[in-house]
Amino acid sequence: MSTAALPVLTAADFASDQDVRWCPGCGDYSILAQMKKVMPTLGVPREKVVFVSGIGCSSRFPYYMNTYGIHSIHGRAPAVATGIKTCRPDLQVWVITGDGDGLSIGGNHLMHAIRRNMDLNIVLFNNRIYGLTKGQYSPTSPLGQRTKSTPMGVIDNPLHPLSIAIGAEATFVARSIDTHIQHLGMVLKRAAEHEGTAFIEVYQNCNVFNDGAWDYATDRAMKAETTIELEHGKPLIFGKNKDKGIRLNGMEPEIVELGKGITEDDLLFHDEKCAEPSLAYLLSRMRYEDGFPEPIGVFRSVQAPLYDKLMNEQIELAIQQKGPGDLDKLFNAGDTWVVE
Amino acid sequence: MLATEKEINVLEEATVRFCGDSGDGMQLAGTQFTNTSALQGNDIATFPDFPAEIRAPRGTKAGVSGFQIHFSSREIFTPGDTVDALVAMNPAALATNLSDLRDGGILICDDAEFEKKGLEQAGYKTNPLEDGSLSKFKLHRVNITKLTRLSVEGLGLGTKEADRCRNFFAMGLVFWLYDRSLEPTLRFITDKFGKRPEVAQANERALKAGYNYGETVEGMSTQYQVQKAVLKPGKYRNIMGNQATAYGLIAAARLSKKRLFMGAYPITPASDVLHELSVFKHFDVLTFQAEDEIAAMTATIGAAFAGEFAVTASSGPGIALKGEGMGLAVMTELPMLIINVQRGGPSTGLPTKTEQADLFQAVLGRNGECPMPVIAARSPGDCFDSVLEAWRIAVEYMTPVMLLTDGYIANGSEPWPIPKAAELPRVTVTHPGPLVNGNGHANGHANGSADDPDGYGEKSKFLPYLRDQKLARPWAVPGTVGLEHRIGGLEKQDITGNVNYEAENHQHMVNTRAQKVANVADSIPLQEVNGPTSGDLLVVSWGGTYGACATAVQKAQSAGKAVAHAHLRYLNPFPKNLGDLLKSYKKVLVPELNMGQLNLLLRGKYLVDCIGYNKVQGKPFSVGELVSKIYELVG
Repeated sequence: MSTAALPVLTAADFASDQDVRWCPGCGDYSILAQMKKVMPTLGVPREKVVFVSGIGCSSRFPYYMNTYGIHSIHGRAPAVATGIKTCRPDLQVWVITGDGDGLSIGGNHLMHAIRRNMDLNIVLFNNRIYGLTKGQYSPTSPLGQRTKSTPMGVIDNPLHPLSIAIGAEATFVARSIDTHIQHLGMVLKRAAEHEGTAFIEVYQNCNVFNDGAWDYATDRAMKAETTIELEHGKPLIFGKNKDKGIRLNGMEPEIVELGKGITEDDLLFHDEKCAEPSLAYLLSRMRYEDGFPEPIGVFRSVQAPLYDKLMNEQIELAIQQKGPGDLDKLFNAGDTWVVE
Repeated sequence: MLATEKEINVLEEATVRFCGDSGDGMQLAGTQFTNTSALQGNDIATFPDFPAEIRAPRGTKAGVSGFQIHFSSREIFTPGDTVDALVAMNPAALATNLSDLRDGGILICDDAEFEKKGLEQAGYKTNPLEDGSLSKFKLHRVNITKLTRLSVEGLGLGTKEADRCRNFFAMGLVFWLYDRSLEPTLRFITDKFGKRPEVAQANERALKAGYNYGETVEGMSTQYQVQKAVLKPGKYRNIMGNQATAYGLIAAARLSKKRLFMGAYPITPASDVLHELSVFKHFDVLTFQAEDEIAAMTATIGAAFAGEFAVTASSGPGIALKGEGMGLAVMTELPMLIINVQRGGPSTGLPTKTEQADLFQAVLGRNGECPMPVIAARSPGDCFDSVLEAWRIAVEYMTPVMLLTDGYIANGSEPWPIPKAAELPRVTVTHPGPLVNGNGHANGHANGSADDPDGYGEKSKFLPYLRDQKLARPWAVPGTVGLEHRIGGLEKQDITGNVNYEAENHQHMVNTRAQKVANVADSIPLQEVNGPTSGDLLVVSWGGTYGACATAVQKAQSAGKAVAHAHLRYLNPFPKNLGDLLKSYKKVLVPELNMGQLNLLLRGKYLVDCIGYNKVQGKPFSVGELVSKIYELVG
């Protein structure tokens, strides 16, 4: 092992020289700040990190990180990242996307990147609106929402990003909130440390076109009642007084009050390592609008084979079996003849 | 039957076509005949023609599959206009192929298939084998089905399995007719069916039975021979276009010490490039079968950014989907190849048929001012050289390059002089080295000077859009200390690569990208002509029509006409002397398998009144039709 000490980096080392151009008050600032804070703790040198994004407000993110980066085209960041990661498994690759970029125009790539389980970290900034194009509804906008393109209200059912990810066989699924600074940092770090595709949804406020979309989850007075922090091996307890919990009634979750004959042991215990994804899926379906607290934290963290690793292992195996490719052998294979 | 004395007739060349139902194994028969003829020393050119449907209803015209082989004792460039011997396995195959059989040609039909249902499906009211309508051909009614079944008797095969050997019987018969050796096909049978000995044995028996039938039956009195061709001395093999493309990619990557990454989505007729590459993983080849064409394109961009040899291959509809991604490739100025194996369009069009109607798409088909070098291969073997050349341009000029081939040369084959790896052109790739504490780079930029050995201007900062004399920017690879930088599709500031929307900067960057691609003309050969350097007519062609155009011009030249031929490999930019060349002839004819796309580009750029000759039938040009057009123009 080399004894040369690695230079100690700080958040400032990860800041690029470009002015950040999000609207003042945008939730993206907080996510950027947490990312810069987390990066030095990961032990990955700056030159080994690549940020890839598509199009949208969140997709400007790579310009503000002093790492390698591509600001690609709408929805295609997971595919660009696939090209990078398969060729260069030594790089740490992050995909930054949004609800429109990731779930609408890029839904196909997101699904396939997740099911391949490359060692990628995908962060989806969910603000439930198209911000860069100035306020059309997105695939996560709630039914009935009036936006620039839906003056009489949204009529298409919204998608739930984590349900999509779990349905696509994600091995790591987590959720955090732009204003929960420490929690967000923890989730980003855990995602980076996960081997395989890590998918994170971040509730992010667009204070210009959809201000307050997540107020119920961020409001100091409400959040203890409207969110529930997941911890592996712990019962699902929430509420200002930690007196409420989630219990399974058959296949359905229900809210119960602790005491009056109900103890912690009756509650649902979180198991992020569970091979079977149904529990994680069930948690992803708990919605504030249905009267449930919305879980934040790590829903699922399991191990599965990595596409980038398997692809490169097949190459190594082929080289072992056939020897490193020899061009003259290739050209001369099969039937040949000589013209004198 | 007694063996009879047979006459032997030596021919300069011959064209044979096998046709039958798409389940009859006609492609296999054609391929075997091709390999055997190549091994026997003939020059060859082939034309497989098959339906888009994997299995159209049996016996219908829609399901007819054919394979044509032209083999010769002199140099040839096309699979032949007309057919000397036609094997028709059923009435539908006869009905759809008969018009290409020359008068007096040999016609072999499977008698057993010419019954009521088959005849009806092919639209025959009476049996053509019996109604005298085939009297101008040398008709051989052979009960191929029955004879095949008899030949495999005792092997325990069902009727269905026995009938699958019919193509081997037909092959055997044609092998006898043209005095071909059975050895290569016998070897093929052992390799291919070795694991199922009863099938191997059945195919072998059918093949030999067909051959022996020719030798013994009295109706076949003449055997034909085509002697070895006088080709350039050297070692040869047979190669198909898509195979040559794949070999070119493997070689180019290896010679520039790069991993090869291919992003692709299955599409006819380009999929074979992916198939070929996927078996050569030991050459450090990564094949990524993407979820769609767009992912194939953008993953290719990712691989180029990661510093490897990146390529995507598709056909017209897929290339359309890649359009936005190609724009990003142009904007980020990364080297990569985009290969379009053209097919009939528009939309889904004619998936298995050939056309060259994607030239506008290649040169002009993206949003914004989006210049990209475009080159085209002219024959199956030329796909190999074209890939090497496309990669050279991509690396030297830091640009995506479009390579056009087409279904005709992709699936066609020809003898290929086997190159020696050590003698192939090598592309040297230079990546800037690390920049530590402002202490400079190990591999500087090409425009470095004594004061500034790295050529980066500022020693402390990497400038991703600082260019060399050719206007290429540096290819900095992730993992290199100190070169962290961001690129993307937004307009860049000159030199720094930062996002910039200023009016003058945009004009400058648009001009620079255009000039960079125009500069490619400095590195390509001047356009050559075959024939007089001035005169009555210049025929200008590009891509897969090379063979037909070259042959037609040669014929006109032998007849004393002042006709020359210029075949273009470089379609963007054009060779520097092309304009002068066009103006040196009284007339310029531009034959294309489209409605006049090169023609319009030439007229637009050089203001020359070129004459189009255009065909869009999903078929290549015949030499005859081109010769007629040439005579029409030169009298």
